[in-house]
Amino acid sequence: MTNPDLVLGKYEVTVLSAYAAALALIVFLVVVTWLRGRVVRRQLDEVEARQGRGKHAD
Amino acid sequence: MSIWKYANPVIFMQTSGRLLRWLVPLTAVLMAVGLVWGFAFTPPEENQGSTVKIIFLHVPAAMLGINAWLMMLVASLVWLVRRHHVSALAAKAAAPIGATMTLIALITGAIWGEPMWGTWWAWDPRLTSFLILFLFYLGYLALWEAIEDPDTAADLTSVLCLVGSVFAILSRYAVNFWNQGLHQGASLTLMQKQHVADAYWYPLMISIGGFLCFFVTMVLVRTRTEIRARRLQALLARERMA
Amino acid sequence: MIALLTRDLRLAVRAGGGFGLGLGFFLVVVVLVPLGVGPEGGTLAKIAPGILWVAALLACLLSLDRIFALDHEDGTLDLLATAPIPPEGIVSMKALAHWITTGLPLVIAAPVLALLMNLPGPGYPWLVLSLLLGTPALSVIGTFGAALTVGLKRGGLLLSLLVLPLYVPTLIFGAEVVKRGAAGQALGVPVLLLAGITAGAAALLPFASAAALRVNLR
Repeated sequence: MTNPDLVLGKYEVTVLSAYAAALALIVFLVVVTWLRGRVVRRQLDEVEARQGRGKHAD
Repeated sequence: MSIWKYANPVIFMQTSGRLLRWLVPLTAVLMAVGLVWGFAFTPPEENQGSTVKIIFLHVPAAMLGINAWLMMLVASLVWLVRRHHVSALAAKAAAPIGATMTLIALITGAIWGEPMWGTWWAWDPRLTSFLILFLFYLGYLALWEAIEDPDTAADLTSVLCLVGSVFAILSRYAVNFWNQGLHQGASLTLMQKQHVADAYWYPLMISIGGFLCFFVTMVLVRTRTEIRARRLQALLARERMA
Repeated sequence: MIALLTRDLRLAVRAGGGFGLGLGFFLVVVVLVPLGVGPEGGTLAKIAPGILWVAALLACLLSLDRIFALDHEDGTLDLLATAPIPPEGIVSMKALAHWITTGLPLVIAAPVLALLMNLPGPGYPWLVLSLLLGTPALSVIGTFGAALTVGLKRGGLLLSLLVLPLYVPTLIFGAEVVKRGAAGQALGVPVLLLAGITAGAAALLPFASAAALRVNLR
């Protein structure tokens, strides 16, 4: 390893698990948000197409 | 030109759509730079060793955990006073983000505390008040889930948010008072944050900026989804009537 | 408003369980704790203030969903809303009735149960005082929670989740008073803070409860 700052020493597990846990939670939040956004958007498009109204504002 | 024009969902959708085109890449860049810099290019500290790197997650998450509630409070007040739907939906959108951030702060704090304090959890005033804040988030989210009519839900959660804010502050002072008699070493976290060396300061600032952008982006995206969901409900209701 | 109060009290007595239920629950919790913790007097004496307060809090919580639920089911609440009483008055009277049926019996029974918990002698008057000062706040805060969840089918669990975090300051100061009283320390500050929370909650929360009630009866 060329980068000396990446040698985590005896706290390796601590640092890595903290980063893993935090990033997992953030990714979870993003995925949940994205999935729900996609579902709602698709349903809205479908209903709007069925009702023959104009598309929503964007 | 007043800020209230964004209360119009159409204008809000257009503006937020344009904003997001900038915000998403900005968030990605800031968070990546802040966290990679913090993780890979900061030296170990003499007392804490490499665990100091956790600060780049812990501090921004803790700041957002509190400030998200503050934002919800303002949005709730706007809803109660001026009845702008976007405001109520923004408060709803912010709650899960705030809860997640509070949880991240608690978890990273516990992981950091294990080698540093020798325990995963101490009933330190700060930790305790964060746990209580998390409970407030849970109650707020549960109330949104439980009520079917969206306007009633917005009203009731707004009232809960106001009352909850007062009691959260009361709890903060109560907890401070409660632990004074037990042990002194609680100012440990405070002391260390006051003198942060430059090597940690810059990546920390970038990371805080990244988390802030992340929060704004997520609130906008989630509010847009909520607005679409409301429109969907309205269209479906009209369909049933016809 | 007095009529409303007496009506609530009469209903609680006649329906049965109004007075007894919370009290019985309080007794059971206090009996169960030594069974779980072990019979050493020293340990029990140490945790007695906290256990007694937590038990009182849970006993209070148990009867919260009855505050509005019955009246909501049979339509009394809608009638009350059209009566010439401000909703703030209704919720205040409801909270008072809840306190008389639940809080007051707890205050009276607490010294007896404190015996079971081995509470040190000097703690008794302070236990009674702290409960006397603190339980009204529990009733007022609980009424707010009940007003939020009045129309909901499965409101009970949600009610606990909403109300328990709001109970934190009262619990902390209440238990602190008893702990300091039992140890013979100065306790002016927590007593005043406890009284302050109760007074503030009783003065301001009825407005929030009334707002929630108005929304729910809309």
